[in-house]
Amino acid sequence: MGIIWNKIVRLVLVVLAVTALTFLMVNLLPGDVADMIGGQGTSQEDIQTIRKGLGLDRNIIVRYVTWLGHLIQGDLGQSYLTQESVLHVIMIRLPVTVELLIISQLLTLLLALPAGIFSAYRNGSFLDRLISIGGFATLSIPGFVMALVGIYLFAIQLRWLPATGYTPLSYGFWANIRSFILPALSIALIEWVALMRVLRSDMITTLQQNYILMARAKGLPPWKVLVHHALRPSSFTLVTVLGMQIGRLLGGAVIIETIFALPGIGRLMVNAIYARDYMVVQGCIILITIGYVVINTIVDILYNILDPRIRTEPSHAG
Amino acid sequence: MPVNAAKARPGWTFWGAVLWLAVVVVSAATAGWWAVPAFDAMDWDNPGAAPGTRVDNAVLQNADETQKGPYVYRLGTDTMGRDVTSRLIYGARVSLLVGLLAPVIGFILGGILGCLAGYFRGRLDSIIVAAMDVILAFPGIVLLLALTFYLGPSLRNLVIALGLLTIPAFSRVARANTLTLRDLEFVQAARLTGAGHLSILVREIIPNVIAPMTAYALLIVSFMIMAEGALSFLGLGVPAPVPSWGGMIAEGREVLEEAPHVSMIPAAVMFLTVISFNLIGDNLRSLAERRTSQL
Repeated sequence: MGIIWNKIVRLVLVVLAVTALTFLMVNLLPGDVADMIGGQGTSQEDIQTIRKGLGLDRNIIVRYVTWLGHLIQGDLGQSYLTQESVLHVIMIRLPVTVELLIISQLLTLLLALPAGIFSAYRNGSFLDRLISIGGFATLSIPGFVMALVGIYLFAIQLRWLPATGYTPLSYGFWANIRSFILPALSIALIEWVALMRVLRSDMITTLQQNYILMARAKGLPPWKVLVHHALRPSSFTLVTVLGMQIGRLLGGAVIIETIFALPGIGRLMVNAIYARDYMVVQGCIILITIGYVVINTIVDILYNILDPRIRTEPSHAG
Repeated sequence: MPVNAAKARPGWTFWGAVLWLAVVVVSAATAGWWAVPAFDAMDWDNPGAAPGTRVDNAVLQNADETQKGPYVYRLGTDTMGRDVTSRLIYGARVSLLVGLLAPVIGFILGGILGCLAGYFRGRLDSIIVAAMDVILAFPGIVLLLALTFYLGPSLRNLVIALGLLTIPAFSRVARANTLTLRDLEFVQAARLTGAGHLSILVREIIPNVIAPMTAYALLIVSFMIMAEGALSFLGLGVPAPVPSWGGMIAEGREVLEEAPHVSMIPAAVMFLTVISFNLIGDNLRSLAERRTSQL
């Protein structure tokens, strides 16, 4: 119980600190949303009226406390610009970000697991070194370059996939998936390296254990030893890194979403920053922060499932 | 070489990386003397010209309008007919300045905070670690967008915004290294001979923290070059017409089909530069690790 309590206190503190910072920061930005609503050439008086209507003339601390009060009741407020409920706006965008997240992480694992397992198994071989060099080179490619190369190869040269744009699920499952392949691949082609590296180094350690020798001595085929006996105890760091990546992607891959014109959380947040629509910015940041803590908790629970020792020996839990 | 990182001597890839960086640095430093058109000179007769296109009436930089002469666009021109070679060498200035200066901010501020936290422990440590955690929990891109948006897009502000973001990472490295150092014999010896906190920090701790931090800084440099590219790509980098590699890549997006070189050449240059910094950082890091293990 103590651990959960600790986590909740931590979550509340982080949310308070992060939202207070955002509130302050967005308020320090020059110009405000009233200018955006009024448009160009609006008189100062009209701007003031708009500000009053939105409650922007009140003290920043009063506004922050009011906002917190609403948050506790589950109300994220309304967009200053469109008057829509922030929760609603986020809920429309969230499926896009989540779908991108799931597909990209599946592709990442699809690349990282075989590469990591093989590199550990044939440690020092030609292919292992090739994978290492490939990984090292990949880390020097920025995400937007990877995306452009992907567009050039698969959309322009081969014409297999659409270059940009989002097709909703209502237009058919395959059409929807097609619009996610290139963005997800751009993410996966970069993120697999981190996973492959930690899996490789953990697995090399595992493969030196006695029980692996035992499994081999029993005459089990190598792939069975690797997948059934070695993978699970080697996947702790992998799960941690995966959790961190998912946590980061929950905020939307801003650049990937921009390049591929996917209407996800990342673009929502960027547009809201430009428009100084800080109700929406705050909502997105709450979502990201909570999501981050939730995913970390899930990772902790996964440790328990992956390693039964943690359940009986609390000293391992750290 | 990453795979042979444990080897005692840096391999040919290391020297290749050093050579490439030297070429980039020298090009950026001598950009004003090259016999190329000015980076913002537009040749509307040849927009998106392929690499190797010859023209007879180009105006070179430092020359006046009347001195027209033959010129070969060795790396082609961009969508506005501007020479890619010229923009690359001027863009190198932006990328190198941002890449090298931004980590300096994090190195100094993060390094001091990390050393203080690791050396004094206790409440100061908790406060610094907690503050860094809040910065890390904050979505970096939001901070960058807001900062560059608030401060206005200029080279100096770009350096400040990116530099602030690197503070937590540097402070972690400094803190972790200080934690292991503070209990070692030579630090205890200094303490026993009556050295004060300041003197121990400055004379014993900091000199030994700088080596691992420098190796780490080179990795941050490559990260900063990529981040600058990403910001320019989003239109938040240095204001036009000053070229930056990220901005050049972004401009080429529109003509990816007809003139892929407009994006791909700066992308390749950025890749080579980033991987060079990574290679050198990797080599230095394994050197630093060997040094620490000998302490």
